[in-house]
Amino acid sequence: MKVAVIKYNAGNVQSVLYALERLGVEAELTDDPDKIRSADKIIFPGQGEASSAMTYLKARQLDQVIREIKQPFLGVCLGLQLLCEHSEENDTDCLGIFPVKVKKFIPENSQEFKVPHIGWNELENLADDVLLRDLPESKFLYYVHSYYAELSEVTIATTHYIHDFTAILHRDNYWAIQAHPEKSSTVGEKMLSNFLNI
Amino acid sequence: MLTKRIIPCLDIKDGRTVKGVNFVQLRDAGDPVELAKIYSDEGADELVFLDITATVDKRKTLAELVTKVAKAINIPFTVGGGISTVEDVKVLLAAGADKISINSAAVKNPVVIDQMAREFGSQCIVVAIDTRNVDGIDFVHTHGGRKPTLLKTQAWAQEVADRGAGEVLLTSMDHDGTKAGFANELTAEISSALSIPVIASGGAGSMPHFKDVFTFGKADAALAASIFHFKEIPVPTLKEYLIGEGVSIRK
Repeated sequence: MKVAVIKYNAGNVQSVLYALERLGVEAELTDDPDKIRSADKIIFPGQGEASSAMTYLKARQLDQVIREIKQPFLGVCLGLQLLCEHSEENDTDCLGIFPVKVKKFIPENSQEFKVPHIGWNELENLADDVLLRDLPESKFLYYVHSYYAELSEVTIATTHYIHDFTAILHRDNYWAIQAHPEKSSTVGEKMLSNFLNI
Repeated sequence: MLTKRIIPCLDIKDGRTVKGVNFVQLRDAGDPVELAKIYSDEGADELVFLDITATVDKRKTLAELVTKVAKAINIPFTVGGGISTVEDVKVLLAAGADKISINSAAVKNPVVIDQMAREFGSQCIVVAIDTRNVDGIDFVHTHGGRKPTLLKTQAWAQEVADRGAGEVLLTSMDHDGTKAGFANELTAEISSALSIPVIASGGAGSMPHFKDVFTFGKADAALAASIFHFKEIPVPTLKEYLIGEGVSIRK
């Protein structure tokens, strides 16, 4: 199985490669459109800022490549936000795979709720989805983010911080996880292996 | 609900753990990778590696260690100790660290916090603050708490947050090593004033100390070393206790 991890100007890709390695998969980190198009599975990770990431992707026509993918595709963290319609982070038009808007966390009480949302939080309202099959009983994921995707028809799991937000999205061949499955212990590992087995 | 984090801290010298550890299942008591793996399997929420290697050339060993740890464990970890430049950070993040922590370098040259946050994002920049109370006033100390500065702890914590730090690791040198509990009052004061998470460190000696620092101390995470290394308080036992006490903890 060929797994491509999309290389762009975002941090935290190395840990995704290591997590895949622990699952016995040697993925290729690449920004070559042909290699991305011909992979069996594609992962779009990342940590960083939305508008500079979009500018980078557009400059290399990777935005078009991502929209035309037919194989199973997984966005992670910033990857999830970029697959949405629009992000409030520097008022950025994103890829529009998911008809969902990305907003900034605004705490009602800044003493109780700090932003970014950093740490382990629980998955709730899980839909029956291939990505979520046979997860361990305790479903905590590791989050680091200041922006969140709104709840939507394509939301397949939620997490609560200040209010409910989208933890995981699925539409057609695209999945996306707001947390970092590569850093989320056995729960994250199971999701990654579910994705690789799609 | 967002959970409070339990963070074991490992001291590293020349790529090996220094403080004695007492894990029967460890084949090599000095191997940080093996120890890290045990902690992550036991349910630690995060790990901190504090490098106390003095010489520059030995720091290459640290980057190699970071890669081995990143390949082995599936939870986030922070690397600190002797980090002073953007280049230092770049090397360690590229090696696989999730976050880095800076201490003395930030006191000496605060603008380095802005530079690091701009270059790599606030989420991976932890500023460690060692504090000691002198005649009723909390002052920042450097060099392992030996050297006093004129910076007041509360003001410095606010400044590092304003400059773009993603988290503050607050160590009370008055409490460190005493096993008499964390600096709850100071931690609460700083945690309430800042909009970024505060990790409390120094003084852990019993399970109620953790409950206190999460409730009275308003800490977002608590860090400890020896009580975990010597198995005085195993991580799973601590978590079970805290859950029983109504603290929000990852099972």
